[in-house]
Amino acid sequence: MTWTADAPAISAAFLGSLVEAVEALTIVLAVATVRSWRPAGLGAVAGLALLVLIVLVLGPLIDRVPLQVLQLIIGILLLLFGMRWLRKAILRAAGLIPLHDEAMIFATETAELRDKARRNEAKLDWLAGLASFKAMVLEGLEVVFIVIAVGAGGGQLIPASLGALAACALVAIVGLGVHRPLARVPENTLKFAVGVMLSAFGVFWTGEGLGVPWPGEDLAIVAFVALFLVTALAAVALVQRANAEAVP
Amino acid sequence: MNALINIARELANLFVDDGWLALAILGVVAFAGILSTLVPSSLATGVVLLLGCLGVLVANVASSARR
Repeated sequence: MTWTADAPAISAAFLGSLVEAVEALTIVLAVATVRSWRPAGLGAVAGLALLVLIVLVLGPLIDRVPLQVLQLIIGILLLLFGMRWLRKAILRAAGLIPLHDEAMIFATETAELRDKARRNEAKLDWLAGLASFKAMVLEGLEVVFIVIAVGAGGGQLIPASLGALAACALVAIVGLGVHRPLARVPENTLKFAVGVMLSAFGVFWTGEGLGVPWPGEDLAIVAFVALFLVTALAAVALVQRANAEAVP
Repeated sequence: MNALINIARELANLFVDDGWLALAILGVVAFAGILSTLVPSSLATGVVLLLGCLGVLVANVASSARR
């Protein structure tokens, strides 16, 4: 394991997983607040169990796919996933769409669960557990995808997994310690950074899959990160200026 | 059943949020793929891929801003 080769995979997996873990924690905390820790915990554990099962089933299959095909598939998925994140982060940074607000999501989720409680008290434990399970599975699948995407193409699954595990452990420890949503995490800045990194990885792996002889090999990713970052910052400035000119 | 459908829908949304962005990215990849079959192992494919993706991103953001 060499730091220079593994650092991009570890940091992309860590930052991406941090965002997803914060989002999952918000829902689990909302469930625990409205009902109790029992359905919230059971739903989260069931979600984690399903994720482990998915990784155990899909993990060995990855080795069977030819490397160049794997790189192409992962590269395309990374481009779709990363550029979608980056586009939203640019629009949020430019003020065109509202920032992701964990405190508001927590309040909305809590209100929805309370409304369900009034209508159907008997099924509430089940509904609360399902909400926790769904949050864990959906956000967890994004973590699994990020780890596979940044790690599988270049044999860096272990460093990427370590980055993701560190992020999830950090969020779990801090979140369970403070017992409220981590609203002060600069989520859009993180999403901006992860969107830039995943898009850069996407271009690199898609190119590898198409047989492109990138100059500098893995180091080309650093250049792509810089290019995506400069372009994204320029896009934010462009949209902000256009907005300012449009408002009299 | 509804929960499963919702999960499947949200999974699809992981990759496709703005349909035009997804289609444009796939178009750039397809163009780069055709180029790579015509000129194998060429850096030109990489340049098309990289500049195409950056161009798609800027064009999509600009178009979203106009909307």
